[in-house]
Order: sequence, then structure tokens, then C-alpha cells
Amino acid sequence: MASIEFRKVTKSFGDSTVIKDLDLTIADGEFTVLVGPSGCGKTTLLRMIAGLDPQTSGAVLIDGKDVTQIAPGQRGVAMVFQNYAIYPTMSVRENIEFGLKNNKVSKEERTELVESISATVGLSEYLDRKPSTLSGGQRQRVALARAMVKKPSVFLMDEPLSNLDAKLRIQMRIELIELHKKLGTTFVYVTHDQVEAMSMADTIVLMNKGVIQQEASPDLIYREPNNRFTAQFVGVPPMNVAPLGTDGAHFGFRPESAVLTRTPSDAWFRYKGVITTREMLGSETIYQVKNEQFTFMIKCYEDLFTVDEHVYVGVPVEKIMLFGADENRIPREDPRAADYLERLRRQGDE
Amino acid sequence: MNSKWRYGVTGISVALKSVVLLIFLFPFVWMITTSLKTFPETMIFPPKLLPALPQWSNFVTAMQSGPFLTYTKNSIIVTLSIIVIQMLVMIPAAYAFAKYKFRGQHFFFALVLLAFMIPGQVTFIPIYLMLADWGLVHTLWPQILPFAANAFGIFLLRQYFMQVPSEIIESARLDNANEFTIMRKIMVPMSIPALATIGLFSFVSHWNDYFWPLVMTDSTGVRPLTIGIAMLRETEGISNWHIIMAGNVVLVVPILLVYLFCSKQIVKAFVYSGIK
Repeated sequence: MASIEFRKVTKSFGDSTVIKDLDLTIADGEFTVLVGPSGCGKTTLLRMIAGLDPQTSGAVLIDGKDVTQIAPGQRGVAMVFQNYAIYPTMSVRENIEFGLKNNKVSKEERTELVESISATVGLSEYLDRKPSTLSGGQRQRVALARAMVKKPSVFLMDEPLSNLDAKLRIQMRIELIELHKKLGTTFVYVTHDQVEAMSMADTIVLMNKGVIQQEASPDLIYREPNNRFTAQFVGVPPMNVAPLGTDGAHFGFRPESAVLTRTPSDAWFRYKGVITTREMLGSETIYQVKNEQFTFMIKCYEDLFTVDEHVYVGVPVEKIMLFGADENRIPREDPRAADYLERLRRQGDE
Repeated sequence: MNSKWRYGVTGISVALKSVVLLIFLFPFVWMITTSLKTFPETMIFPPKLLPALPQWSNFVTAMQSGPFLTYTKNSIIVTLSIIVIQMLVMIPAAYAFAKYKFRGQHFFFALVLLAFMIPGQVTFIPIYLMLADWGLVHTLWPQILPFAANAFGIFLLRQYFMQVPSEIIESARLDNANEFTIMRKIMVPMSIPALATIGLFSFVSHWNDYFWPLVMTDSTGVRPLTIGIAMLRETEGISNWHIIMAGNVVLVVPILLVYLFCSKQIVKAFVYSGIK
């Protein structure tokens, strides 16, 4: 087990600086997910922990120790890659025990470890098969087993589920949560899929353009986003955001925070619009409600409306979030907040 | 499509292939049949393709008309040494060119390609003088050392290594494998078809090499089979073609055997696309 710390870390590839003076602490034993759009630097961070692409400046500490000079194989980390990176010429058993052999683990101990790990991930019958005869899910398990067998203090995963089909991905998500619970090791998981991040993480580190946007638990990230980027990155569909019409400020609300009615409501923020699309997803229905000014997605748990119907959208004041011109959230205590909210209420009267 | 027309095309295709096959095969067949003829049979006009009675003793005569055991031994030592040394040089070189980033990489690779384009006929005099300086002329080294680096092999293997996903190598590094282990346990097993092809090309060209040993050797003790067989002509006068051909058959047999065992790998090397 180990915590990970980045201190003033900068990473450049040639002339372009991907990450600049980044500070981040990843807590020991937690399931931390680095999430963000592609090119945001999340994989770069992961590879710095592994030592595959060392930082340009600054320090990376594992368990309080600066690992800058330590080779990837000596850092006590294991990594699962997106394309699994299984050694194609080795059998499943050889794949799993390769790391042990390099670490000079005795044969008896190796056999014992391989058998027990392969039983854990359900690979016992496939030990003598070549990877090319395995399905995607099984290859994923080989990659996991290969990482687990070394008993690393840090597990690094780089989009390990993105090559699996949707059903298997959901199943593996559950298995990874259980695995983390069982091992109690530090997990650092990289994904661009906010659903994966929300469903598995203890802590989400949301990044954009090499800068950490917010670092918090999934529910905090969802309920109390720091800024517009966070608000619009998480949630399906993401938060509705529109300009307030003053100071470059914006307001926003979650799709499920609005209420749709056929008669005018006296909600704080309200507008009349027409339903342009309807997505029936089973337990919920998502409508797109449009007028000249706004186009918002509204999530309802009852399927009461049809396309082309005229409806009233209403959002209660406590569900409305305000963002300043710098894109940061404006808290309710801020002197500007009352004025902005008042503006929003009056807008509905016009 | 008109079936008559299609039959016509197939017919032309078969005919053309037969012609090509004949062009390639006939000298070979002629060599084998000549090696089994008697001396008068090689001389008669018009020539006959087949001997009246196969003269197996020609092979014995050929092998006894010089120190052929030494020649064969030299050929084997030289060819195998070249292949082994080439592999030892080529694998790390190709690995470095394919998977490392280092200063002067492009320059050094350009040098390799340049070496690939210079024929031996251009460099044999300076090489000979250098080896003579080192006092190696009466050993087998002049036939081995100049071929220690196989530029074509480095080039081909580099292309092959570049197809190996970097994640596999990174994974191995995280598994605490050193670079030597990565080459031995991962890169080489993944590149067997390419290595077999390069090894075979190398084997054929050095086993058959005539020019290089001709200029590099000056004594029987270090001469290879190709020179030995060419010398049958001088020792036996000009007309003992049946004996020379018997020697040639002996020379060609190992190549045929190797090809027979490796042809599957070679075909694989050319069609192998992507490693998953």
C-alpha cells in the first residue's frame, strides 16, 4: 500500500508543455479515477507514476519516497493497459509469472501464486492457452492477473475497459470495485468516460488541458461542481448551462432538477417551449425543450409528454447554479448571487 | 463473363507459368542429370538429357579429388558463424533503432542503409589490407568478420520490431525485465518469421558466396566448398563436367534442405501483418 504525491510536476514533449506545476496527492488505499477529455494529461500522469515517461521537472513520490531515479520495474507498481499488452508468444501461465520470474521468485511459490490468482479471476482452465485463443474479456483478466500476482502497492489502469463491449464493461466495473475492496491497494484508474469514473471512484480527479479542475468524491463532483467545465463534464446528459445576459455570467441546472408542466408554473426559473426530441430510456425519459432563447435537456421519471407538445419548464431556486465570467462557480454567499438570481426570476415574467 | 474467354485466359496463364518454371528449373535438372553421366555422355552431340546408367560414383570421385572434408567444414563454420554473429549484432541494433529515441538515431540509421547499398566489390581491397594488417589472412576470419553486421537484416528486423506495440515492452519493463530479457523473451519470439527469413537469405548468400572467399583466401586450409568445386576444373582439366556437376549437387543440397524446412516460416514472414 502506498500514497502517491506529485510535487510541482511539469511534463513537456518537445516544445509543448502538457502539464505545468501540478500538485496532487493520491490517498493510500483509495480508488482514484483520473478523468477528462482526451489530451487532458491524465494518461501522462499515470505514466509518470509508472516511470514510463518521467516528469520533465518536479518530483513524484510513492509512499513518501522520491521515485524519480527508480526504474519502472522497481517501483512496486503494476499497470493494466488499454490494449492489455499481453505477451502474445507466451501462454497465460507464462504471462502471469513473467514478472515473478524476473523478480527471482522460486518455482514452487510461483506455481502457487499463479494458481491462486488465476482462480480469483476465473482463468484456471485457460492457463496453458495462448492469448490469441482467448476472448477480449479473458485477455482483460490475464492482464489483471498479471498485475495482481506481483502484489503491487499501486495499481495503475489506463482505460482498461474501453475495448470491451458495453455489457462486459459494466460487469467488469463491478468486479474491479470488488477487487479493490478485497485488495485494499491504491488504485489509480484513467478513463475519459465520466460514467466509469462516477461508478467506481472513491475520489475523482477531473482534468482539462493539463490542469486539475476538481478533486472530490463522485457525489460532491456531481452536486457541487467547482466550475462550468466540471458541471458540464459529469452527468448524462450534462448540466444545462446558458448565459445570464450580464457580466458574462452563466446559470445552470441539472436535467433532473427541472419540472415539466402543461400549465404555467411559478417556479423561480421558468420558460415555455416546445418538445423537439424525446428519448425514452426505460426508467426515465429525456426531452429536449426549445424556445427562441433556450435549448435545455430535461430528464423526467414519467413519460407524460410527446414530441411537438408545448410545455412549461420550471426550476426551483435551490437547484440553480451560477457561474462567473471566469467560469468558476459563484457561491450563494457571494454578493453578486442575489442580483443574478433576481434577474433570472424576472426573466420568466417577460 | 464468357466461359470460353475465361478458359483462354487460364490457358495463357498456365502456359506462361510453365515457360517461367522451365527457365528456372532446366539448368537445375541439367546439373543433376549431368552429375550422373559418364564422361563420354557429357561430350556427345546432340546432348541427351538422361544418362544411360546413373553414375553414382561421380560423387565419390568429386569428393576424393581434393580436401573436400576441409572445404565442407570451412563452409559450415563460416556460414554458421556469420549467422550467429549477425543475429547477435542485428537484434540489439534493430531493437534500438525501432524502440529507442537517441541522439543521432537518424544519422546512424542512414549509415546502415548506406552500408546496405555499397557492394562488396567496392570495399574488398581495403578490407583485405586491413585484415592482412591484423594478421588474419590465413584464418577463417576474413570470410566471417566483414559480414558481422547485416544491414539488410537490421533494416528488415527494425520494420518488424516497430510493429510490436510499445505497451508490451513497457509492460515487460514494469514486470522488472531488463532490456536483454525483453529482447530474448519478447522481441525475438515475436519475430521468428522475420529472423528465419533473414537467416535463410544470409545462409544462402554466404554458402554460395564465390567472390569473397576467392579474393580473401590463399590456402587450401581456409577455402570453402564453392572454391573447392571451382578448383575441380583446374585439377581435372577443362572437360570433367560430370564431376564438377556432382560437386555442385553436393553444394546445393544443404540449401534445398534448409528451404524445405523453413519455407513455411518464410511465407509467413511475408504475409505476417500486425501482431495481436
